Amino acid sequence: MAAIKQVINEAVERVRMPAPMRLRDLIRQIRAARTAAEERAVINKECAYIRSTFREEDSLWRCRNIAKLLYIHMLGYPAHFGQLECLKLIASPRFTDKRIGYLGAMLLLDERQDVHLLITNCLKNDLNSSTQFVVGLALCTLGAIASPEMSRDLASEVERLMKSPNAYIRKKAALCAFRIIRKVPELMEIFLPATRSLLTEKNHGVLITGVTLITEMCENSLDTLNHFKKIVPNLVRILKNLILAGYSPEHDVSGVSDPFLQVKILRLLRILGKNDAEASEAMNDILAQVATNTETSKNVGNTILYETVLSIMDIKSESGLRVLAINILGRFLLNNDKNIRYVALNTLLMTVFIDTSAVQRHRSTILECLKDPDVSIRRRALELSFALVNSNNIRTMMKELLLFLEKTDPEFKAQCSSNIVLAAERFAPNKRWHLDTLLKVLVAAGNYVRDDVVSCTIQLVSESTAQQGYIVEQLWRALESDTMDRQPLTQVATWCIGEYGDLLLYGPPAGEDNPIRVTEDDVISVYQRLLWSTQNTIITKQYALLSLTKLSTRFQTGNDKIRQIIDAFGSHLHIELQQRGVEFSQLFRKYEHMRPALLERMPPMETARPNAVNNPAAMTNGETSEDLDGTGDEGNLHVDGRKGFGESEIQDSNALLVLLGGADGTENDVAHHTEPSKPTSTDNQNLLVLLGGLDLSSPAPAPVGVQNNSILFSTNQSSNFLVDDLLNSEPVRNNLPSITAYEKNGLRIVFSLERLPENPSTTVITMSAMNETLNTISEFLFQAAVPKTFQLQMLSPSSTVIAPADQLTQVLRITNPNKTPLRMRIRVSYNAGGTVVQDQAEVNNFPPESWQ
Amino acid sequence: MQFMLLFSRQGKLRLQKWYVAHPDKLKKKITRELITTILARRPKMSSFLEWKDLKIVYKRYASLYFCCAIEQRDNELLTLEIIHRYVELLDKYFGSVCELDIIFNFEKAYFILDELLLGGEIQETSKKNVLKAIAAQDLLQEVSYGDTSIEL
Repeated sequence: MAAIKQVINEAVERVRMPAPMRLRDLIRQIRAARTAAEERAVINKECAYIRSTFREEDSLWRCRNIAKLLYIHMLGYPAHFGQLECLKLIASPRFTDKRIGYLGAMLLLDERQDVHLLITNCLKNDLNSSTQFVVGLALCTLGAIASPEMSRDLASEVERLMKSPNAYIRKKAALCAFRIIRKVPELMEIFLPATRSLLTEKNHGVLITGVTLITEMCENSLDTLNHFKKIVPNLVRILKNLILAGYSPEHDVSGVSDPFLQVKILRLLRILGKNDAEASEAMNDILAQVATNTETSKNVGNTILYETVLSIMDIKSESGLRVLAINILGRFLLNNDKNIRYVALNTLLMTVFIDTSAVQRHRSTILECLKDPDVSIRRRALELSFALVNSNNIRTMMKELLLFLEKTDPEFKAQCSSNIVLAAERFAPNKRWHLDTLLKVLVAAGNYVRDDVVSCTIQLVSESTAQQGYIVEQLWRALESDTMDRQPLTQVATWCIGEYGDLLLYGPPAGEDNPIRVTEDDVISVYQRLLWSTQNTIITKQYALLSLTKLSTRFQTGNDKIRQIIDAFGSHLHIELQQRGVEFSQLFRKYEHMRPALLERMPPMETARPNAVNNPAAMTNGETSEDLDGTGDEGNLHVDGRKGFGESEIQDSNALLVLLGGADGTENDVAHHTEPSKPTSTDNQNLLVLLGGLDLSSPAPAPVGVQNNSILFSTNQSSNFLVDDLLNSEPVRNNLPSITAYEKNGLRIVFSLERLPENPSTTVITMSAMNETLNTISEFLFQAAVPKTFQLQMLSPSSTVIAPADQLTQVLRITNPNKTPLRMRIRVSYNAGGTVVQDQAEVNNFPPESWQ
Repeated sequence: MQFMLLFSRQGKLRLQKWYVAHPDKLKKKITRELITTILARRPKMSSFLEWKDLKIVYKRYASLYFCCAIEQRDNELLTLEIIHRYVELLDKYFGSVCELDIIFNFEKAYFILDELLLGGEIQETSKKNVLKAIAAQDLLQEVSYGDTSIEL
């Protein structure tokens, strides 16, 4: 009767509602759209129609409309308005409606939306259905979208279904339990009794889901893990039956019996046998059997072997078994299938630290993988190769790795070259080999070499005094050929030739085979090429220029050409090179007598690594490069300057100290800093100009001078040191009153005045700028000007930033030969809390004692 | 398994099955990223790629890419077998399957997948059992139409 009624109702409805477009027609229409806009138009029209049918509660065609909506959803269009309709479909008694409804629920709903809770009741009803496929749909949906709340509500239903006589339902219920435990681990308890009996099944579906469920439980709790230790013999028996039983067409995959189940069991055995000698003992035999009996011509067999190897490496297996496992991986490496080679390398990489010697035996195969066409295999092989390098195999390994470095894609070069340098540092058999290897890295990796390789190489050359003649010859050979694409090599080469050029030109022949004769002209012409090539970087040219300057003292026959080249750089467009050009050319003129001392060979550098903690010089390098990271050329310059020609700079600043001290008449106090060459005081001003650009003669403000200072000294520390030394070493001072030169907007500038007894015409002013505001003052710049009859010299400030209630100092020295009244015009500019302040003032209140 | 995607050589998504809950936006982002990455890979490359903390296993069958995201401890070679098993099932069901079959009968493709995997884990290792279950449900669907014969 009810059936007849339904048929009549549907007939009535069909008359009332015309049938909507079929799913396949919609798909055809969408596919026929030639542009994205056209497609959007079709879909918008259909969505509008679907919405209207939803509003009219058209239950007959609901499943068709939802199916269309699901297709639209897959194309990336919004479909959330179908969520509630899916629930209505699920509640329908018709199987088609349920099937589409549950599909829609899985696609449109998940635990993130509250709507999904409405489904719980439908699920509960369907889990109790008498039709196995309705129960199946409900279980499938629960397994895909179960949230913690749903899990709690439905756990007991699922547990009941796990004991169902129907295998189709049992296997699905087991995986639902798996999902529920993932969401709410505490619910594990209620499933435990039903779980064990799943293993006594014959049905593979139930077996595999049972093993999956137990695996999840064991991974979740240690108690459960111990509880399931006793099933090891059962699992071993199931596995044994699988491999020994004859061909069973239902579960056979290319001659292997149910690889899916085998892999799951192997994985569970791994978890049960881990750190458990007894359980491991119980599975040793079966693992050996699987490892030896599995057919390996297809991917399936290798899948099982791969899982077996993982298990053997994870449990407390016998050593023979471990060797067998590593050998399986070795065989994998020779496999034609790139996927198998990939997993082999991955697994070897995991085990190499446990069992290095076993992996070592496959070294040559691993090195072969460096030539693999697949980039990810090459990457793995490279990592593995570096993990295998030791002092025994370093020579052969490096030969291969250098070959790889030469031929590989750019993306590998930086990483690979740095790793070779590290490995060489750890395992180099001797200095000569180490140097040769670094040289080969510089040649093979070209511009991809990281900066650390340059400094490492230079440092190594510097400390291996016995090899310098040899290496400088090798580097010369490299430099002679075109090196534009090898800037780091050029940098190292020019550094070494600059330092040890005399060995190259006049030293005993270092190389055993065909010793080379280099003339000074040869060297000059190569340097000319380097310095004028537009391909070389500024940094490389800086190396080359300094190297050339150094060579002027290594050459025996004359250095006119060197002078010419250096003079030419005095007008170079790049400011750093120009500064070098100007400074160095002075060394050929007024300071000719200082040149040999300034350009002496550097003492061997002792540090092993640039970041060694106990080496202040190295620390400075690290810090400088960090501080100036990102400032581009300038930052690099300081670092390079330190590394490349540290000594000459140190001597420069020492000389400057002497000069300042001399001018102050406290020469004795600072004399211990100096090198033998003591300049006369007439040189002082000029050298100051040369080195710092300090303006002694012009009364104009000297901001440029200040900037140059900071470049020269590169850190504030050194200039502080200079100032401190200067001030502390004054033995007697006729102290004068301090004056306030400026006070405005919370900035107070005080001058402390001093006259030097040795040099009464000079007044030393220590300017202290005090920040009395609550904000930090940054970019502070103090400038001063005096009338033409005076001479003003400004040293660099202690900082450019003044924290609240803090101060900075700057020393000014005024020479007043005519003893006229002191006047000064000052200008300050700074940034206080984002606003730039600029102000000028006149200082006329100098006490007469300060100038009379 | 965390999710499975089927997409064409033109980068069009043909099927998506998520076993983890992500917002729609993230799902779209992941899908887009993976499709671009995989389509850019050359054929001689391996079928695996490391992506965030997941392993991606993919394989191309004719014009369709099958792509699965699995967890670190999962066996990537076995995942290839699962993909292959799914393709075999589609092939048996549609009779030498092609992309168009999956486009026009996408719901069937989902039904078959749901009989093979549940919650991202394999539930049935016998091809015969999967196809039997699907056939039985298709029959049930026809019966439920009655004589009204509603088709999608």
